[in-house]
Parts: sequence; structure tokens; C-alpha cells
Amino acid sequence: MADNNSLLRIYEQMLRIRLFEQKAQELYVQGLVTGSMHIYTGQEAIAATAGELLRETDTITSTHRGHGHCIAKGGKTDKMMAELLGRKTGYCGGKGGSMHMADFTRGNLGANGMVGGGLAISVGAGITNAIIKKNDSVTVCFFGEGATNEGVFHESLNLAAIWKLPVIFLCENNLYQVFTSVAESMPVKDVSIRAISYGIPGITCDGNDVLELYDVLDSAIERARNGQGPTLIEAKTYRWEGHYTGDGYARGGYRSIEEIDLWKAKDPIARMAKYIIESAIADNELLEKIEAGLKDEIEKAVHFAMESPWPDDEDLYKDVFYEKEEV
Amino acid sequence: MTVIKYSQAIRDAIAEEMRIDQNVFVMGQDVETMGGVFGCTKGILEEFGHDRIRNTPISEAVIIGAGVGGALTGTRMLVEMQYVDFILHAMDQTINQAAKVRYMTGGKATVPLIIRAQQGSGRGNGAQHSQNLEALFCHMPGLKVVMPSTPYDAKGLLKTAVRDNNPVLFFEHKVLYNTKGEVPDTDYTIPFGKADIKRSGKDVTVIATSWMVLKALEAAEILEKQGIDAEIIDPRTLVPLDKETIINSVKKTGRAVIVHEAHEVCGIGAEIAFIIMELAIDWLDAPIKRVTSAQAPIPYSSKLEKLTIPSVDRIIDAVKEVMYIK
Repeated sequence: MADNNSLLRIYEQMLRIRLFEQKAQELYVQGLVTGSMHIYTGQEAIAATAGELLRETDTITSTHRGHGHCIAKGGKTDKMMAELLGRKTGYCGGKGGSMHMADFTRGNLGANGMVGGGLAISVGAGITNAIIKKNDSVTVCFFGEGATNEGVFHESLNLAAIWKLPVIFLCENNLYQVFTSVAESMPVKDVSIRAISYGIPGITCDGNDVLELYDVLDSAIERARNGQGPTLIEAKTYRWEGHYTGDGYARGGYRSIEEIDLWKAKDPIARMAKYIIESAIADNELLEKIEAGLKDEIEKAVHFAMESPWPDDEDLYKDVFYEKEEV
Repeated sequence: MTVIKYSQAIRDAIAEEMRIDQNVFVMGQDVETMGGVFGCTKGILEEFGHDRIRNTPISEAVIIGAGVGGALTGTRMLVEMQYVDFILHAMDQTINQAAKVRYMTGGKATVPLIIRAQQGSGRGNGAQHSQNLEALFCHMPGLKVVMPSTPYDAKGLLKTAVRDNNPVLFFEHKVLYNTKGEVPDTDYTIPFGKADIKRSGKDVTVIATSWMVLKALEAAEILEKQGIDAEIIDPRTLVPLDKETIINSVKKTGRAVIVHEAHEVCGIGAEIAFIIMELAIDWLDAPIKRVTSAQAPIPYSSKLEKLTIPSVDRIIDAVKEVMYIK
């Protein structure tokens, strides 16, 4: 069970993610962010809850829809915003962008442009923790339901299961892989059923309900820390926006307006705010204060990014290889 | 110095580096008990135990992908592809992940990942178990590519690979595993990007890789009897490539033949020929020749396989051609 302080922190992180994404979209529309950007809005409860339960020494692997994961693992919004704008002060010096946001100081091993790209990487992190370092750190591997149709999903869960690696496979099932629905792409209703193939627990939960997520994740993380191996968690959720920013088919195209409205009514942030007020964990005044503080933080992040220098020309050839302390 | 087999040189390099660095972890198909198909990891399990070496399922994508994840988190991952052909199952992990993650993160990520892979034709394995894929990886920024031709080079280069903080593709040749050569009894490494002049000569430069180095040396002995003095250069690592040694040799001889077992189109020979054109065209007395496998999949039939693999005779012919000797 989450205590009140945890719930307040999760609420704050969810709101930080939401406000960050809203601002990122604005910057995209203005042409300041280029390429493909995938917005996390609607799915905030999943990252924020996992982030609350993880230690700084734990690791995550993230996805193309990864801003929320980065923030939840303790990423700084100013460095993230600078990365989105391709500036030298960004997390990756401007060379990664939205799809490759990584923060090794906080155990974020990186977002990934390849669907399923983080799955095998999380298994490797599990090898380091369980076999080489023999510590009790865990890895949360975020991925979408679309990734479970990739071959590497099978290879990764299979290896993690036979070696009992401390990895929590956290599937964010937002019901669409790009424009194609789950029903069209999977013969099973729930991703969690696929856990049977690996002899590991498979759990489906409401990805918009912080309280449920907290308990499910807490026991999976505990299980992994105790050397009992991986768990596949499916958190059912919905992305409010398109697959990518500028996806004109997401509203009224491959998804009906009614469906979108139905899911917006399940907004994880509004739900959490209601719970916090009703349970007298905090009052409206405090929540408003949190929101004002976050808005200020995001504005400052944008300012930091805009004022930051572009990468130097020499940076083009830097970091292709590790070049120090070699034999 | 002790005379040992190429496979033993690899085994010794792995064991020595595992003794030095507790963070080296070996995984691949059948690497534990049988020491792999070619016995290169035999005895490692007995000495180091199950927490340092593990058999994996037949899962190339996760072998290399977990190699990346382990490397990112501080383990020195030494993974094996039973045949290089199988790495094609794991091209995302090798090219999209391993090669790029350091660059994409602005130098925050470090990837000490060594991918050992056995490659090459000559044993009648057919089109999917005989390929030489080095050019695919040379093309991609962020990967180092190593191709040892002797036990001495195999050991020294593998030890360097294990100590490198970058993804390294280490290509061993199936025909070379049983070849023997002298190896020092004391600890040594061979730096990447340093070609080896396997034979000094003044008339023609022959640049050859892997198994082809042995064939080029054989050709050189025959040519010597015919009054032609060939210099044989083994680049040993294709990335980084030692341009200087190649160029100095071509400036000396004025003629170059490049021999590799991989297909000709877009092979490393094209790259080396271009480098010679750029840096030594005024020293060339004849067009550069390439001796490669045919631009066709490797055939099964021993008659056809023999035809496709560069032979000593074809190397001799190419040398004579650049020397305008009929």
C-alpha cells in the first residue's frame, strides 16, 4: 500500500509529465522540435508509479514514447527540453533527441527508436545485477503492446525467465500500435496471457489507477529483488494523442471520438486528484500550489533550452567511439 | 614461445582476460560444457563457474541485445555467435543499438561488448553457414572489426578487444581453428589499427585478410621462385584500418592486389582500393586488382565452392597481371 507521501509524489510526477508533454507539443508545432515525437499524455500513472517504487540504483529501459519514463526516473526537465531542441546542454548533447533520451546518472538506460529495442537491453542489465554484481537492484523494462509481437520479446522473456533475472517487464497497452488496433494484431485479449509461455507471473491491471498499479508493481519489484525472477505486467491504458505529434488520423480516423472521450474520462491525474482530496491527503490549495510550481519549472526548462548553445561543429564526429584509457 | 592452435590461442586469451577482470562474462550457444562447436571456450566453465560463462538458448537477438544491456551497466560482455550468418537475426541489436548508443547519448554510454563470430567458407557448409560479413559492419560507424589470421594475432587482438570499451566484432575463420603458430608465453596485446607485414617484398603489395593471408603467403613463395618479390600485408583490424602501412608499401612497390574471401561488390577491397587511389595514385604503375569470392551465394558442391574461394593460382594470376607479366 502506498503511503500518503508516495501518493503525493506520484501525483506531482504525473502532472510534471503532463505539463512537460503539453509544452513539448507546443514547441513541436512551432517547429522548434523536429522529427518524430511521441507524446505520453494519458499514460502518466504507469511511469510515475514505477518511478516512485524504484531506487536510484535501479535501472529502466524506455521506449520511443519515453519522456514520462525519463521524468519518472528522476530526469531533469530542463536537460530534457534542451535535448528536444537539439542543444548541447541536453541529456545527449543534442545528438539523441526525443527517441533517445537517456540519463545514466539516474539509471535510465535510454529511450529507443526501435519497437522492442529495450527488451534485450533490460535482460543484460539483469545479468549485471544478478550474476555479475550480485546486488538486489532491479530493472523495469517499459514497452508497448506492439513490442510483444516482435521476436525479441520472446527471446528476452525466455532468457530472463530461465535465468530468473530481476527484470519487470512492464507493458503499457495503449490499444494501438501506430494505426492498428490490438484486436487486429494479437490473437489474445490480454498481453499478460503471454507470460504462460515463460512460466512467469502475468498480471493485467488498470494502467490509469495509481493505487492498483502501486500494489502490482510493488510485489513484482519485491519478487525480482528477492531473486524470484521476472514478472510480466500489462497496464491497460490509452494515449490521448496520436502515435506521433501531427498524427492526423488519431482523432476520428482509426480511433473514434467516443472512444477517446471515454478514456479521457478515466484521466489518471484527475482520478488521483479526486482521491487525494477525498481522502484528505491534501487540500485543493496544496494541489494548486504544486501545479503552479511545476508550470514555473517547465517555463524555466524552456527558457534554459532556448538560451542553450547548439552543439559545436566538432561534435559531429565526437562519441562515435570511446577514446580514452584504451590499451 | 609455444606453438599452439588458433582455437587454443582464443581460449587462452579468454581465460587470461577473465582472470584479470572479474567483470568479463561469456555467453553464447553451447559455450559451457562443450566449449562451443570449435572448442574455443573449453575449460572456462571448470575454472570460472556458472556465474562467468553461460549457455544461452538459440536466441541471437537477446544474446547481443543483452550484451549491450550488460555492457551499459558495467559488465564486459563477451558473446559468441556460433556462425556469423546467425548474427543476421540480431542486426537491430548490433547496428541500431550497440553501434549507436554511445553516439546517441552524447558519449554518456559505454559499450564494452565483444561479439566473437566464426565465419568463412571452405568446409562445404553452403550459403547460410559460410559467409564473410565483415563489410556490413565496417560500413556502420561505432563498430570495430577484427580479423586475425594467425594464433599470435588471434590471442593478442582478442585480449585487446576484451579491454576495449567499444563494441568489437571479432571474426574467427573456421578453417583457421586448427592452424598452428608461435605464441609468447608472457602476457601481450596487439593494438588495433596496426597492420602486420607478414612478408616483406619490393615488387608488389598484396593486402589480404584472415584465411586469405595464408593463401597470399603461399602464392608469394611460388612467385619468389619466378623472380617476383611480393609484400604481404595483413591489416588485422579493418576498423580501425592502418592506412599508413598499406600506403607506404604501395609507394614502395607501385602495385597492389587485394585479396578477401567476402564478395567483391562493396567489399573491404573497394574501400582499400579507393584509399590507395586517394593517397598513392601517383605511385601506381598499374590498376589495382581484387581477388574475391564470386558475386553469388557460397555454393554447397565442393567443386563449386573451390571455384568461388580465392585460390593461390588466382592470387598469382592477379599479381602477374598488375606486373604485366604474361
